[in-house]
Amino acid sequence: MGCVTAAAPMEIEKTESAEEVFAVPEPDVPWVTIVHNDPVNLMSYVTYVFQTYFGYSKDKATKLMMDVHHKGRAVVSSGSREEMERDVQAMHGYGLWATLQQDRK
Amino acid sequence: MPGQFEPLPGGGAAVALDDVEISIIRSLAVQLLELIGPGPAEDASDDPLAELFAEGPSEPPSDPVLRRLFPDAYGDPEGTPQAQEAEEQRAHSAEFRRYTENDLRAGKRDSALAVIRGLDAVASRSAGEDGAVLKLSADESRQWLGALNDLRLAIGSRLEIADEDDTDLLYRLPDEDPRKPMVMAYLWLGGLQESLVATLMP
Repeated sequence: MGCVTAAAPMEIEKTESAEEVFAVPEPDVPWVTIVHNDPVNLMSYVTYVFQTYFGYSKDKATKLMMDVHHKGRAVVSSGSREEMERDVQAMHGYGLWATLQQDRK
Repeated sequence: MPGQFEPLPGGGAAVALDDVEISIIRSLAVQLLELIGPGPAEDASDDPLAELFAEGPSEPPSDPVLRRLFPDAYGDPEGTPQAQEAEEQRAHSAEFRRYTENDLRAGKRDSALAVIRGLDAVASRSAGEDGAVLKLSADESRQWLGALNDLRLAIGSRLEIADEDDTDLLYRLPDEDPRKPMVMAYLWLGGLQESLVATLMP
Protein backbone atom coordinates (compact mmCIF):
# COMPACT_ATOMS: atom_id res chain seq x y z
CA MET A 1 0.00 0.00 0.00
CA GLY A 2 1.12 3.49 -0.71
CA CYS A 3 0.83 6.31 1.70
CA VAL A 4 -2.51 7.12 3.24
CA THR A 5 -4.18 10.03 1.58
CA ALA A 6 -6.71 12.43 2.85
CA ALA A 7 -9.34 10.97 0.58
CA ALA A 8 -12.56 10.07 2.35
CA PRO A 9 -12.46 6.47 3.57
CA MET A 10 -15.65 5.34 1.97
CA GLU A 11 -15.89 2.12 3.92
CA ILE A 12 -16.26 3.79 7.30
CA GLU A 13 -19.81 3.67 8.44
CA LYS A 14 -21.43 6.97 9.10
CA THR A 15 -22.81 6.71 12.62
CA GLU A 16 -23.64 10.31 13.36
CA SER A 17 -26.87 11.85 12.22
CA ALA A 18 -26.83 15.12 10.34
CA GLU A 19 -28.11 16.96 13.44
CA GLU A 20 -25.31 15.68 15.62
CA VAL A 21 -22.69 16.74 13.13
CA PHE A 22 -24.30 20.15 12.99
CA ALA A 23 -24.30 20.39 16.81
CA VAL A 24 -20.60 19.63 17.26
CA PRO A 25 -19.16 22.78 18.83
CA GLU A 26 -16.09 24.49 17.50
CA PRO A 27 -13.24 23.02 19.51
CA ASP A 28 -11.33 26.28 19.91
CA VAL A 29 -14.21 28.13 21.53
CA PRO A 30 -13.66 27.87 25.27
CA TRP A 31 -16.29 26.95 27.80
CA VAL A 32 -17.12 28.99 30.86
CA THR A 33 -18.57 28.30 34.29
CA ILE A 34 -21.23 30.80 35.29
CA VAL A 35 -22.42 31.28 38.87
CA HIS A 36 -25.92 32.70 39.19
CA ASN A 37 -27.25 34.93 41.93
CA ASP A 38 -29.55 33.52 44.55
CA PRO A 39 -30.90 35.25 47.63
CA VAL A 40 -30.00 32.46 50.07
CA ASN A 41 -26.24 32.07 49.74
CA LEU A 42 -24.34 34.45 52.00
CA MET A 43 -22.00 36.92 50.29
CA SER A 44 -19.21 35.88 52.66
CA TYR A 45 -19.79 32.21 51.85
CA VAL A 46 -19.72 32.79 48.08
CA THR A 47 -16.45 34.72 48.46
CA TYR A 48 -15.08 31.90 50.63
CA VAL A 49 -15.96 29.32 47.95
CA PHE A 50 -14.27 31.31 45.18
CA GLN A 51 -11.13 31.68 47.30
CA THR A 52 -11.07 28.11 48.52
CA TYR A 53 -12.01 26.19 45.39
CA PHE A 54 -10.44 28.36 42.67
CA GLY A 55 -7.61 29.70 44.83
CA TYR A 56 -8.52 33.27 43.85
CA SER A 57 -7.24 36.22 45.89
CA LYS A 58 -9.60 37.85 48.32
CA ASP A 59 -9.94 40.84 45.96
CA LYS A 60 -10.74 38.75 42.90
CA ALA A 61 -13.13 36.49 44.82
CA THR A 62 -14.92 39.50 46.30
CA LYS A 63 -15.23 41.18 42.89
CA LEU A 64 -16.72 38.02 41.34
CA MET A 65 -19.12 37.68 44.27
CA MET A 66 -20.23 41.30 43.82
CA ASP A 67 -20.76 40.68 40.09
CA VAL A 68 -22.95 37.68 40.93
CA HIS A 69 -24.84 39.77 43.46
CA HIS A 70 -25.38 42.91 41.37
CA LYS A 71 -25.35 41.63 37.78
CA GLY A 72 -27.06 38.35 38.57
CA ARG A 73 -24.21 36.23 37.28
CA ALA A 74 -20.46 36.04 36.82
CA VAL A 75 -18.09 33.95 34.74
CA VAL A 76 -15.89 32.35 37.38
CA SER A 77 -13.69 30.09 35.26
CA SER A 78 -13.00 29.09 31.67
CA GLY A 79 -11.39 26.16 29.94
CA SER A 80 -12.29 22.89 28.31
CA ARG A 81 -15.77 21.47 28.60
CA GLU A 82 -14.50 18.70 30.90
CA GLU A 83 -12.81 21.22 33.19
CA MET A 84 -15.96 23.33 33.34
CA GLU A 85 -18.11 20.31 34.15
CA ARG A 86 -15.74 19.63 37.03
CA ASP A 87 -16.07 23.21 38.25
CA VAL A 88 -19.86 23.17 37.94
CA GLN A 89 -20.04 19.92 39.88
CA ALA A 90 -17.84 21.45 42.60
CA MET A 91 -20.04 24.57 42.74
CA HIS A 92 -23.14 22.38 43.10
CA GLY A 93 -21.33 20.55 45.89
CA TYR A 94 -20.89 23.88 47.67
CA GLY A 95 -24.54 24.73 47.04
CA LEU A 96 -23.85 27.49 44.51
CA TRP A 97 -26.07 27.65 41.45
CA ALA A 98 -23.77 27.20 38.46
CA THR A 99 -24.06 26.30 34.78
CA LEU A 100 -21.58 25.90 31.96
CA GLN A 101 -21.81 27.05 28.39
CA GLN A 102 -19.67 27.80 25.41
CA ASP A 103 -18.28 31.30 25.50
CA ARG A 104 -20.11 32.71 22.47
CA LYS A 105 -19.73 36.43 22.56
CA MET B 1 -21.37 35.12 72.31
CA PRO B 2 -24.27 32.67 72.05
CA GLY B 3 -25.17 31.35 68.60
CA GLN B 4 -21.87 32.48 67.09
CA PHE B 5 -18.92 30.33 66.14
CA GLU B 6 -15.60 31.49 67.51
CA PRO B 7 -12.27 30.40 66.06
CA LEU B 8 -10.25 27.99 68.19
CA PRO B 9 -6.52 28.50 68.62
CA GLY B 10 -4.75 26.11 66.25
CA GLY B 11 -7.74 25.77 63.90
CA GLY B 12 -11.33 24.73 64.17
CA ALA B 13 -14.24 26.53 65.75
CA ALA B 14 -16.53 26.34 68.77
CA VAL B 15 -20.07 27.43 69.52
CA ALA B 16 -22.27 27.21 72.61
CA LEU B 17 -25.62 25.59 71.83
CA ASP B 18 -28.54 25.02 74.17
CA ASP B 19 -30.74 21.92 74.04
CA VAL B 20 -33.41 23.54 71.88
CA GLU B 21 -30.83 24.75 69.37
CA ILE B 22 -29.24 21.30 69.25
CA SER B 23 -32.60 19.65 68.62
CA ILE B 24 -33.59 22.16 65.91
CA ILE B 25 -30.38 21.68 63.91
CA ARG B 26 -30.52 17.92 64.40
CA SER B 27 -34.11 17.66 63.27
CA LEU B 28 -33.45 19.80 60.17
CA ALA B 29 -30.36 17.73 59.30
CA VAL B 30 -32.35 14.50 59.65
CA GLN B 31 -35.07 15.88 57.37
CA LEU B 32 -32.45 16.86 54.81
CA LEU B 33 -30.92 13.37 54.98
CA GLU B 34 -34.33 11.81 54.38
CA LEU B 35 -34.91 14.09 51.43
CA ILE B 36 -31.50 13.34 49.87
CA GLY B 37 -32.16 9.64 50.31
CA PRO B 38 -30.00 6.62 50.96
CA GLY B 39 -26.88 5.98 48.93
CA PRO B 40 -26.60 3.29 46.26
CA ALA B 41 -24.84 1.19 48.92
CA GLU B 42 -28.19 0.48 50.48
CA ASP B 43 -29.51 -1.09 47.32
CA ALA B 44 -29.39 -4.86 47.34
CA SER B 45 -26.17 -5.33 45.45
CA ASP B 46 -23.30 -7.57 46.49
CA ASP B 47 -20.95 -6.19 43.90
CA PRO B 48 -18.89 -3.26 45.19
CA LEU B 49 -17.93 -2.36 41.64
CA ALA B 50 -21.55 -2.05 40.60
CA GLU B 51 -21.89 0.80 43.04
CA LEU B 52 -18.83 2.48 41.66
CA PHE B 53 -20.25 2.44 38.16
CA ALA B 54 -23.87 2.98 39.11
CA GLU B 55 -25.39 5.75 37.05
CA GLY B 56 -27.36 8.50 38.66
CA PRO B 57 -30.73 9.81 37.53
CA SER B 58 -31.07 11.72 34.27
CA GLU B 59 -34.22 13.64 35.15
CA PRO B 60 -34.24 16.65 37.48
CA PRO B 61 -35.74 15.84 40.91
CA SER B 62 -39.41 16.71 41.30
CA ASP B 63 -38.96 18.19 44.79
CA PRO B 64 -38.08 21.91 44.59
CA VAL B 65 -35.51 21.60 47.40
CA LEU B 66 -33.68 18.82 45.56
CA ARG B 67 -33.95 20.74 42.30
CA ARG B 68 -32.17 23.64 44.01
CA LEU B 69 -29.51 21.36 45.53
CA PHE B 70 -28.96 19.54 42.22
CA PRO B 71 -29.69 22.09 39.49
CA ASP B 72 -29.34 21.58 35.74
CA ALA B 73 -25.74 22.14 34.63
CA TYR B 74 -26.64 23.34 31.14
CA GLY B 75 -29.03 26.10 30.19
CA ASP B 76 -29.31 29.82 30.75
CA PRO B 77 -31.88 30.53 33.48
CA GLU B 78 -32.69 33.85 31.80
CA GLY B 79 -32.38 32.65 28.25
CA THR B 80 -35.11 31.74 25.80
CA PRO B 81 -33.43 29.06 23.73
CA GLN B 82 -34.76 27.81 20.41
CA ALA B 83 -36.39 24.39 20.55
CA GLN B 84 -33.32 22.61 19.23
CA GLU B 85 -30.97 24.38 21.63
CA ALA B 86 -33.29 23.69 24.58
CA GLU B 87 -33.37 20.02 23.65
CA GLU B 88 -29.56 19.95 23.46
CA GLN B 89 -29.25 21.58 26.89
CA ARG B 90 -31.75 19.15 28.35
CA ALA B 91 -29.78 16.20 26.97
CA HIS B 92 -26.45 17.57 28.26
CA SER B 93 -27.95 18.28 31.69
CA ALA B 94 -29.33 14.74 31.82
CA GLU B 95 -25.94 13.26 30.99
CA PHE B 96 -24.21 15.47 33.58
CA ARG B 97 -26.75 14.34 36.17
CA ARG B 98 -26.14 10.66 35.43
CA TYR B 99 -22.45 11.04 36.16
CA THR B 100 -22.49 13.53 39.03
CA GLU B 101 -25.70 13.42 41.05
CA ASN B 102 -24.86 10.28 43.02
CA ASP B 103 -21.54 11.79 44.10
CA LEU B 104 -23.14 15.12 44.93
CA ARG B 105 -25.82 13.41 47.00
CA ALA B 106 -23.14 11.38 48.80
CA GLY B 107 -21.22 14.55 49.67
CA LYS B 108 -24.26 16.31 51.05
CA ARG B 109 -25.28 13.17 52.94
CA ASP B 110 -21.82 12.96 54.55
CA SER B 111 -21.96 16.60 55.66
CA ALA B 112 -25.44 16.20 57.17
CA LEU B 113 -24.31 13.03 58.94
CA ALA B 114 -21.26 14.82 60.34
CA VAL B 115 -23.57 17.45 61.80
CA ILE B 116 -25.82 14.82 63.40
CA ARG B 117 -22.85 12.93 64.82
CA GLY B 118 -21.34 16.12 66.24
CA LEU B 119 -24.61 17.12 67.87
CA ASP B 120 -25.15 13.66 69.35
CA ALA B 121 -21.65 13.67 70.81
CA VAL B 122 -22.13 17.06 72.41
CA ALA B 123 -25.63 16.16 73.65
CA SER B 124 -24.41 13.00 75.34
CA ARG B 125 -21.58 14.88 77.05
CA SER B 126 -23.95 17.55 78.32
CA ALA B 127 -26.65 15.19 79.64
CA GLY B 128 -28.38 16.82 82.57
CA GLU B 129 -27.13 20.30 81.73
CA ASP B 130 -28.76 22.70 79.32
CA GLY B 131 -26.56 22.69 76.27
CA ALA B 132 -22.85 22.55 75.80
CA VAL B 133 -20.00 23.87 73.76
CA LEU B 134 -19.65 22.21 70.40
CA LYS B 135 -16.02 22.05 69.26
CA LEU B 136 -15.17 21.36 65.63
CA SER B 137 -11.86 20.57 63.96
CA ALA B 138 -11.07 22.51 60.78
CA ASP B 139 -12.29 19.55 58.67
CA GLU B 140 -15.48 19.27 60.68
CA SER B 141 -15.97 23.03 60.33
CA ARG B 142 -15.90 22.69 56.55
CA GLN B 143 -18.47 19.89 56.68
CA TRP B 144 -20.68 21.93 58.98
CA LEU B 145 -20.34 24.94 56.70
CA GLY B 146 -21.60 22.93 53.72
CA ALA B 147 -24.39 21.35 55.73
CA LEU B 148 -25.56 24.68 57.17
CA ASN B 149 -25.63 26.05 53.64
CA ASP B 150 -27.63 23.06 52.38
CA LEU B 151 -30.08 23.47 55.27
CA ARG B 152 -30.55 27.16 54.47
CA LEU B 153 -31.02 26.38 50.77
CA ALA B 154 -33.62 23.77 51.71
CA ILE B 155 -35.51 26.12 54.04
CA GLY B 156 -35.18 28.99 51.57
CA SER B 157 -36.67 26.79 48.89
CA ARG B 158 -39.56 25.72 51.16
CA LEU B 159 -40.19 29.37 52.08
CA GLU B 160 -40.07 30.18 48.34
CA ILE B 161 -37.39 32.80 48.75
CA ALA B 162 -36.73 33.69 45.12
CA ASP B 163 -35.19 37.16 45.35
CA GLU B 164 -33.85 39.70 47.81
CA ASP B 165 -37.29 41.27 48.26
CA ASP B 166 -38.61 37.97 49.60
CA THR B 167 -35.89 37.98 52.25
CA ASP B 168 -36.86 41.51 53.29
CA LEU B 169 -40.49 40.44 53.58
CA LEU B 170 -39.54 37.57 55.88
CA TYR B 171 -38.04 40.00 58.39
CA ARG B 172 -41.40 41.72 58.67
CA LEU B 173 -43.67 38.68 59.03
CA PRO B 174 -46.25 39.06 61.78
CA ASP B 175 -45.82 36.71 64.73
CA GLU B 176 -48.97 34.75 63.92
CA ASP B 177 -47.75 33.84 60.41
CA PRO B 178 -47.38 30.05 60.15
CA ARG B 179 -44.02 30.50 58.42
CA LYS B 180 -42.61 32.45 61.37
CA PRO B 181 -40.85 29.54 63.17
CA MET B 182 -39.20 28.42 59.92
CA VAL B 183 -38.14 31.98 59.18
CA MET B 184 -36.64 32.33 62.66
CA ALA B 185 -34.67 29.12 62.10
CA TYR B 186 -33.56 30.33 58.66
CA LEU B 187 -32.28 33.65 59.99
CA TRP B 188 -30.62 32.05 63.00
CA LEU B 189 -28.84 29.46 60.82
CA GLY B 190 -27.69 32.33 58.60
CA GLY B 191 -26.00 34.00 61.58
CA LEU B 192 -24.47 30.72 62.61
CA GLN B 193 -23.13 30.10 59.10
CA GLU B 194 -21.85 33.68 58.80
CA SER B 195 -19.81 33.28 61.99
CA LEU B 196 -18.49 29.89 60.86
CA VAL B 197 -17.35 31.26 57.46
CA ALA B 198 -15.45 33.98 59.32
CA THR B 199 -13.43 31.35 61.22
CA LEU B 200 -12.52 29.60 57.93
CA MET B 201 -11.64 32.59 55.74
CA PRO B 202 -8.24 32.04 54.15
